[in-house]
Amino acid sequence: MSISVKNITKRFDKFVALDDVSLEVPSGSLLALLGPSGSGKTTLLRVIAGLERADEGTVLCQDEDITKANARDRKMGFVFQHYALFRHMNVFENVAFGLRVRKTAKQEIAERVRELLHLVRLDGLERRYPSQLSGGQRQRVALARALAIRPRVLLLDEPFGALDAKVRQELRTWLRQLHDEIHMTSVFVTHDQEEAFEVADHVVVMNFGRIEQTGTPHEVFERPANPFVMDFLGNVNVFQGRVVNGRVHIGGMELECPHYPYDDSREATMYVRPHELDVHHTPNGVASLEATVQRINPAGPIAKITLFSPEFGQGLNVELSLDRYAELDLQAGDTVYVSPRKVRVFVPEYVI
Amino acid sequence: MHNPSAITSTRAAQAASHATRDPLIVQWTLTATAIATITLLIVVPVASVFYQAFADGAASYWNNLVNDADTWHAIKLTLIVAPIAVASNVVFGLAAAWTIARFRFPGRTILTALIDLPFSVSPVVAGLMLVLIFGLRGYLGPWLREHDVEIIFALPGLILATAFVTLPFVARELIPVMEAIGPEEEIAAVSLGARSWQIFSRITLPNIKWGLLYGIILCNARAMGEFGAVYVVSGHIAGRTDTMPLRVEKLFQESNNAGSFAVASLLMSLALVTLVVKVALERKTRCDLAEAAQLTDVGAEA
Repeated sequence: MSISVKNITKRFDKFVALDDVSLEVPSGSLLALLGPSGSGKTTLLRVIAGLERADEGTVLCQDEDITKANARDRKMGFVFQHYALFRHMNVFENVAFGLRVRKTAKQEIAERVRELLHLVRLDGLERRYPSQLSGGQRQRVALARALAIRPRVLLLDEPFGALDAKVRQELRTWLRQLHDEIHMTSVFVTHDQEEAFEVADHVVVMNFGRIEQTGTPHEVFERPANPFVMDFLGNVNVFQGRVVNGRVHIGGMELECPHYPYDDSREATMYVRPHELDVHHTPNGVASLEATVQRINPAGPIAKITLFSPEFGQGLNVELSLDRYAELDLQAGDTVYVSPRKVRVFVPEYVI
Repeated sequence: MHNPSAITSTRAAQAASHATRDPLIVQWTLTATAIATITLLIVVPVASVFYQAFADGAASYWNNLVNDADTWHAIKLTLIVAPIAVASNVVFGLAAAWTIARFRFPGRTILTALIDLPFSVSPVVAGLMLVLIFGLRGYLGPWLREHDVEIIFALPGLILATAFVTLPFVARELIPVMEAIGPEEEIAAVSLGARSWQIFSRITLPNIKWGLLYGIILCNARAMGEFGAVYVVSGHIAGRTDTMPLRVEKLFQESNNAGSFAVASLLMSLALVTLVVKVALERKTRCDLAEAAQLTDVGAEA
């Protein structure tokens, strides 16, 4: 079922956690709320779940206004960051809880729990207690418990935040597969852009209680709406320069910038991702910056090179394919020439 | 293989353990002092209570308890007063612990401090406070008399005094337990569709049960043994408002040592049972708290 959030504002004393936020979650989609801590993403999730009451605005589920509905009547599956499993109940009872409080028949409970434990691959662990499970297993019990009530939507608050890197990776892949199987409208909160891109159909980037950008992972990554999104979505090199007549000047380097065709020179900030920089031993005619190699980290699928640009007095991060790295045969201390393949320019709002 | 640095570090460890370990003579002196003090102040008096109680034999002991009408009444009265006081403090304790552990509101610190007040007020003063309110010349006295309600020198007064003095026990036990467990499981239960009473009976109560039982045991022991506050409000009318501790004192004043110590031995047995249960429950509560810490700290490790 689809969820619409309209003009939601939520304050905690003087702190504005959500500032006039509107959001559409299409039916059957998997959407990620992405942002730094304090950006309001968890508050928004809790407002949708009814665990937090908004000061202004409305929440619709399909076409039903559920703004004033109590959390217990919303039928939304919620998976908590630290799982919040019932410690005195075994796995079976944890998953069965939502059915028991609804007075479901015993036979039906047993069947549904078995089915769910199979779905989350925990068959045979019915009698274990939460303290006897690993982090990943607890997380899957929490998921099964949330799904048991056949929720209208599934809400997950930093679902993998408390797990170690390997388990987190496995569970991400698994959550995506699970979603493709059951097609339940799902919203999950994360501060990890990689996680959001890997799992979600739609990414919503939040900051200071506002939505900065909404789109598919590709759209958001390739066409960031503003410097914040650009900066937040992974490593980025930042340069201060000027734009005039459709051209950017970064130090001695000059590049095309067609979306600023005006003839008054303005300060602008340039963003280049590490993998969008190329390195040469000689200035080969392309616009480039001189830099020295400081550190090389060739471990992993790409080589990470740290350069220092004396002209800007700042470090540059470059990511090269291992082939390209081998071809260049870089050594620390080498002088190299760096040229960007792609630059994003953000010109501050025009002020008269 | 001789690794010189390994040898030095072993020596350093030995030196450190020498430095931190006291000489044997100090250990023995301290241990002996502790044992002697406990024997003198606790073991001997406790043993002598039972010795005195049974000085004239078991038959006389039984006789002193059951066939003395006033003593028998005092035992029954204590068995009425204490459970009612404990029950009301369980209700209060649950409500107060819930309020303090789950909500942030102005005056929360003051409320927490006020719960402890009965610990620091002398029980005699507590009794006097009740007399000042409900006594004949108290604020509500004349009105109560007009409506034929007896509080002071009657059962309600005894219950009020006992409940006041034992007020902190249950709340004090529950607040740290509920704070350690946190509200997450209750919130999870709400999201799964549970009603308030279902959350309380299926989630909250099972999580705090050992702490609650521990509070009840301590509260009950104190309630049955309460003397000062009850002394003031009871008017110590034998066969009517005397509870067990008051009866012990009265029999002792009447130089009825065997009778006095027989009742005292009952109170003492209660204390010993309480002690055993308390140790067992403390272990359970500690396990619960450790589990709470383990379940909520997974995030910190990763």
